[in-house]
Amino acid sequence: MAADGDGKVYLRIRNLTKMFGDFAALRDVSLDVYDGEFVCFLGPSGCGKTTLLRAIAGLDIQTSGTVEQDGRDISALPPSERDFGIVFQSYALFPNMTVGKNVSYGLENRKLPRDQIRARVKELLELVGLHDQGDKYPAQLSGGQQQRVALARAMATSPGLLLLDEPLSALDAKVRVHLRGEIKDLQRRVGVTTIMVTHDQEEALTMADRIVVMDQGSIEQVGTPQEIYGEPRTSFVADFIGTMNFVPGEVIADHTVQIGGTTLTCPTDGITPGHAVTVAIRPEDINAQDIDGDDGNLVETEIRHLEFLGSFYRAELGGPAFGGHDINADFSINLVRRKNLDVGSAITVRFPAEFIRLYPRD
Amino acid sequence: MTQAAVQAAAAPRIKPKVSRDDWIMRACMGVIALFLVVAVLLPLYTMLSKSLENRHGDFIGLTNYAEYFSTPALFLSAVNSLQISVIATVIVLVTAFLYAYALTRTCMPLKWLFKLIAAIPLLTPSLLSGISLVYWFGNQGVAKHLLLGESIYGPIGIVIGSAYWVFPHVLMIVITALSITDARLYEAALALRAGRWRTFFTVTLPGCKYGLISAGFVAFTLIFTDFGVPKVIGGNYNVLATDIYKQVIGQQNFQMGAVVSVVLLIPAVLAFAVDRIVQRKQVALLSARAVPYQPQPRTSRDWAAFAFCTVVAAVILLMIGMAQYAALIKFWPYNLTLTLGNYEFDLANGGGWDSYHNSIRMSLYTAVVGTVIIFFGAYLMEKGRGFRAGRNGFHAIAMLPLAVPGMVLGLSYIFFFNNPANPFNFLYGTMAILVIATVAHFYTVSHLTAVTALKQMDAEFESVSASLNTPFYRTFLRVTVPVCVPAILDISMYLFLNAMTTVSAVVFIYSTDTTLASVAVLNMDDQGEIPFAAAMAMMIAYTCAGARILHAILTRGIMRTTQAWRTR
Repeated sequence: MAADGDGKVYLRIRNLTKMFGDFAALRDVSLDVYDGEFVCFLGPSGCGKTTLLRAIAGLDIQTSGTVEQDGRDISALPPSERDFGIVFQSYALFPNMTVGKNVSYGLENRKLPRDQIRARVKELLELVGLHDQGDKYPAQLSGGQQQRVALARAMATSPGLLLLDEPLSALDAKVRVHLRGEIKDLQRRVGVTTIMVTHDQEEALTMADRIVVMDQGSIEQVGTPQEIYGEPRTSFVADFIGTMNFVPGEVIADHTVQIGGTTLTCPTDGITPGHAVTVAIRPEDINAQDIDGDDGNLVETEIRHLEFLGSFYRAELGGPAFGGHDINADFSINLVRRKNLDVGSAITVRFPAEFIRLYPRD
Repeated sequence: MTQAAVQAAAAPRIKPKVSRDDWIMRACMGVIALFLVVAVLLPLYTMLSKSLENRHGDFIGLTNYAEYFSTPALFLSAVNSLQISVIATVIVLVTAFLYAYALTRTCMPLKWLFKLIAAIPLLTPSLLSGISLVYWFGNQGVAKHLLLGESIYGPIGIVIGSAYWVFPHVLMIVITALSITDARLYEAALALRAGRWRTFFTVTLPGCKYGLISAGFVAFTLIFTDFGVPKVIGGNYNVLATDIYKQVIGQQNFQMGAVVSVVLLIPAVLAFAVDRIVQRKQVALLSARAVPYQPQPRTSRDWAAFAFCTVVAAVILLMIGMAQYAALIKFWPYNLTLTLGNYEFDLANGGGWDSYHNSIRMSLYTAVVGTVIIFFGAYLMEKGRGFRAGRNGFHAIAMLPLAVPGMVLGLSYIFFFNNPANPFNFLYGTMAILVIATVAHFYTVSHLTAVTALKQMDAEFESVSASLNTPFYRTFLRVTVPVCVPAILDISMYLFLNAMTTVSAVVFIYSTDTTLASVAVLNMDDQGEIPFAAAMAMMIAYTCAGARILHAILTRGIMRTTQAWRTR
């Protein structure tokens, strides 16, 4: 895996800005994508992720900034002079051609001998698990199958870069989960550098080697799924990925933050005392078990609300400790049963210092 | 400017490289745009400048216009045109609305038959309704007494004849407008206990408001600029379109013809502009999640609708039926023996069988050449990459012909192409110029049909084929054309029917070698050979009906053979 940054840079994006009239869809975006890695552009709709992908493809060329692919400056080139395969959310399969014809479409243009084309189509269809569907028309296939055909067609010419634009968004939840694994597996086997655009965090977390979180035309954070989830650099990332409690607070000393009437110990990362901050912690990181008396960051609270979510309970904790704010915590079913918790129960919870994150407020 | 905008302005702008495909596409689009410039813009310009000149070609400013507006006989025509257009528009709009309502919102029987009958006027030149009216209500007409002493030759005849031939055009628009209404609105109205009439006025009418306005403008423009009906049945009642003809063909006063053309052009352009604005609003009403309305049976309403449609359908059948009868009898009203003698066109003055054959040739050329040019042009405009200004400009030029009345276009052609100094002068008097004029005249509607079909295709086909390094023309021929075959057939059918029936544009530019059937109808009627005219008009009707049947068979066949991939 090239995610650690020691691999070769395959795609070098520098200072990309895309203007639509006076609106900046991309603002000064720079990014390196390494050879063979799987990168996801993740963000809410309108964040610029698709614009960035289309700029890389040359479909909507950026206003300024450069794109280098494999050492070649492709900034101004039309799509036909770039080296990529692309899969769209709509699949864009040619409806009047059979699956086989769709897959061979890009090959026929290369004047290859016919049996060679046939062999390659067979190989590709086997790769995506559709070896016996070559004579069907796209309309006769399920959505998931169509998406696999689109994938095979995009890979047919062995492009150096595979671009996936929300490839799973049009599919049913079950199929989506299944295809997720399949695409990732395929990419690993072929080793093609891949960029996927998605608004689905679960998709990004499960598939990507690295995730690029975007908002309002800028990159918020680049990192492995674990980094993005565990150490969100901005409150936007923290909020967008997973669930997160946000409580206003203030840094009162080095390694100490105050929310309401409670002081907590946590890394303050150089934020000077007196600064207003947003204190963030994930519900699953709040601990109510095995609390030793001498451990810090203990807070006495009351359960205001208890919501059953299948494999766990989400408790809404309140009380004077948080200065009127509520904080969600996830409790295992086991714990709720053992301690006989219910609405109104008092409970002491621990905020592990290493899981508390602070974001400066202004 | 935002901060990013400032940054972008500072950084060197990326100038996208134009690929070979892009160059070819732009060049092709340029050629088609040039065709439109030569076939529409330049002739119009020549005509406009002619209206500012005297007989010797000297510039005299607005003198011709001053003369026009101070000549009561001429100015009166403008008033007449407006009057009959407004009256006929109201009549046809109300009739078409009720007819369309019956077809879309009731459970009356025989809907397919009523739809079929309503399309009949499309198959004939507008002249035919005039001829038919002469036989019904003319001086020796069978039902003359119904007019209570009024003459059919004049406003009454023009209004009835116009309403007849414009009916299907208006009906199509109103049916579309009524079909796009969302059934959920009716369910909501029902749940809120709104009565039938309240629902009609608060849901139905507002829902198709824009469609009705649009239909009104289309009807107005068609009637206002029509030449065939007033020519045959107008008598001494002058309207603008016949004035142009009289000025040019009768008095050889080309300058005054140009002035009248401009007077005719202005309301047409205005109506066109308003219609475009209204139609843009209508699109916003459509939502992808709308549920189609399914009418529930209700005896009283359904039978009332059936009765109404029967009356309208009967009028249509009586019109075309009388024309057919007129074509088959020996000597109206004295010898009613049936004969095929009226089909021996070579015995008549005004155009023999040759003109019929010319019409067939001209219509086929128009259908083939026109479809290729128009569809390819629409494709280049719709699916081209970059070059936004050029593509928008192309769309604007392609929309223009709809605003230009046929008479105006035809007269412009005389001015432009008959000029010996014009390098295109060699076209004058040929079959080619008739084809060019007809393609140009009916360009816009075909263009819009093509654009609609192209918009329904996945926008990413071109992106995918570019990523696969496939030249655009390959994808165009292998994907776009096969997928759009139904629309392509529709366009060629539309062009063929219109080429067969049009009179207005071509009446100025045919030559003795290229007489056309529709013009022959006009000339035969002019010379009193009305049975021949009726027979020739019926020949056109048979041909158009045949073409439509062929079109239906072809479309159905193609739909069946391609069913495997069209189901979605």
